Amino acid sequence: MAFEYEKYIRKGTLPHIWCPGCGHGIVMKSLLRAIDGLKLDKNDIAVVSGIGCASRLPGYLDMNTLHTTHGRALAFATGIRLSNPKLKVIVVSGDGDAAAIGGNHFIHAARRNIEITLLVFNNSIYGMTGGQVAPTTPLGAIATTMPYGNIDPPFDIVKLAEGAGATFVARTTSYHTAQTEQLIKQAIMHKGFSVIDIIDACPVQFGRRNKPKEAPDMMQIQKDNSMPIQLAQKKTPEEIAGKIITGVFVKKDLPSYMDTYYTTIIPKAQAK
Amino acid sequence: MEKKALLISGNEACVEGALYAGIQFYAGYPITPSSEIPEGLARKLPKYGGVMIQMEDEIAAMAATIGASLTGKKAMTATSGPGFSLKQENLGFASFNEVPCVIVNVMRGGPSTGAPTGPSQGDVMQARWGTHGDHPIVALAPNSIPEIFTETVRGFNITEKFRIPVILLLDEIIAHMRERIIFPEKGELEVVDRLKPTVPPDQYKPFDVTNSPLPLVPPMAAYGSGYRFHVTGLNHRTDGFPTNNGDLIEKEMHRIMDKVDLYKKDIFKTETYMLDDAEVAIVAYGSSSRAAKYAVNALREQGIKAGMLRYITIWPFDEAAIEKLAQKVKFIVVPELNFGQLILEVERAAKGKTRVYGVNRVNIEIIHPHEIIEKVKELFHGI
Ligand SMILES: Cc1ncc(C[n+]2csc(CCOP(=O)(O)OP(=O)(O)O)c2C)c(N)n1
Ligand code: SF4
Ligand SMILES: [Mg+2]
Repeated sequence: MAFEYEKYIRKGTLPHIWCPGCGHGIVMKSLLRAIDGLKLDKNDIAVVSGIGCASRLPGYLDMNTLHTTHGRALAFATGIRLSNPKLKVIVVSGDGDAAAIGGNHFIHAARRNIEITLLVFNNSIYGMTGGQVAPTTPLGAIATTMPYGNIDPPFDIVKLAEGAGATFVARTTSYHTAQTEQLIKQAIMHKGFSVIDIIDACPVQFGRRNKPKEAPDMMQIQKDNSMPIQLAQKKTPEEIAGKIITGVFVKKDLPSYMDTYYTTIIPKAQAK
Repeated sequence: MEKKALLISGNEACVEGALYAGIQFYAGYPITPSSEIPEGLARKLPKYGGVMIQMEDEIAAMAATIGASLTGKKAMTATSGPGFSLKQENLGFASFNEVPCVIVNVMRGGPSTGAPTGPSQGDVMQARWGTHGDHPIVALAPNSIPEIFTETVRGFNITEKFRIPVILLLDEIIAHMRERIIFPEKGELEVVDRLKPTVPPDQYKPFDVTNSPLPLVPPMAAYGSGYRFHVTGLNHRTDGFPTNNGDLIEKEMHRIMDKVDLYKKDIFKTETYMLDDAEVAIVAYGSSSRAAKYAVNALREQGIKAGMLRYITIWPFDEAAIEKLAQKVKFIVVPELNFGQLILEVERAAKGKTRVYGVNRVNIEIIHPHEIIEKVKELFHGI
């Protein structure tokens, strides 16, 4: 039986704003399949975003949705999560949203290990504002604000999350829809801060100035260039250079912020 | 039962007022001279099952406060100048989306890092216009420790009832000063909760006011309550979804601005002192109004009939009170710990019917009564 996306899409909100060939919509489908697979109640999910093309996603979902300010989604989400522990909170962020203007909130949410899932729609560019350089743009790539080739070294979102203390960290691509779905499921059920770096494609703002240009070719690269982490671990650094390593990088069971607040701070304060 | 009198600081009174009003969530970032507020709430809020979190910066603190309020909780954040500047973008989000919240700004000397422990009233205009775009806002400026308590409660009531963010403008003097206070009993002061929707979830539109018992104020559902709705900082329709339709945008903009106008009588609060027969008026607010009151008494002893109009609600600004005053006094003096901010409103409202003079200080010292007295005498005898 075909998957019923309508169950989760808000009536009257489609068509979406994304360009033909944009990877964001594909990832949205994986998200919905993951939510469906977990049999979560729509009333118990909050989807929060910042600003950017990716961040328009929550508006399409028939859930508790919040489209905030550029980079700040995790901070809004922290308030939601702490004040209604029943809600599963998913943050949808572009790479610029999460790693540039929102970088501070990113590392602190990770350090705090707060029970939020962050999905980074990583298309290596500022899509919405017209192809300016992002903190994820590869060196040498052309962006409207790096017309002679990017000299600003990129972040590795996985390493950043891991270094900051996130307890679930994974990477996948918009091509790998089944893997994306599975990883999102794990991330949502993880107790603590979970991050998935989703390598995504912006044919309109990244593709047009770089190679490959077309959406299908960008997908092909995601497919051909990826390597599961289990395999990558057996290879030499030279062999994995330039590869998109996918899979789960970190999975740790450590005290999480909200849980600890409710199970230790409140009882301690009330005992006094 | 005899009530216990306590000697506490303004910041402590703010904590107690917030608890009295039923605060459930606080997010903040430490900054002098406001830090006793998060410290107090860190100790006390969890006793009531509430959440206090120290965020990574003031931007995050404002954001978390809004997030908590959207789940139906009474929420507050506190800061001072530099932090107040950082909060502005998200404060605009709260204002545009009518998210109830209280923002305490304990004013200190500015601009920039300025004087962390020095008093100022330099953020009066920032409180009104700090975030970009036209937007509704309320700002309250108490002048004593008991009044910080009651105005904190009133601030929560206003924000919950009318869905307009409320800025509590304290200053370093009244925040750190200690005064006697007797806490009101539970039930003695009114405590208001926000309107909840009565329509079933499938008919709920977050910004629809057609059937609201409070005209222009949309009932507010909470995330996680079974009402699934969308909130965005983009221009939105009454169902919460973005729109580029100019007519719809204009209609919503007018509604949120008209709301302040419609309820301004409920929001305004001024106090008059010896004004009935006054020939000279002092218009003041916050800590400066304490010096002003002293000056009124001293001037009367010296034969000048002075009186004071004190603004407790600064924004929206009660123009009518000045209009009335301007008809009957020889001149108005406005003492402020800045280069003259509220005086601009006073002049505007006086419409040239009387002359308006400032007594200003920006040297991080309080305004002394004698400065006001000298100014009044000089002007009075010069006439
Ligand atoms: C405070 C602020 N600064 C700048 C912008 C302009 N802006 C909107 S989206 C965006 C970048 C979006 O890029 P990304 O987060 O990667 O999302 P994408 O559009 O690529 O999905 C910028 C800079 C803004 N909206 N707010
Ligand atoms: S500009 Fe790029 S990221 Fe934005 S919708 Fe178009 S393809 Fe997607
Ligand atoms: Mg991007």
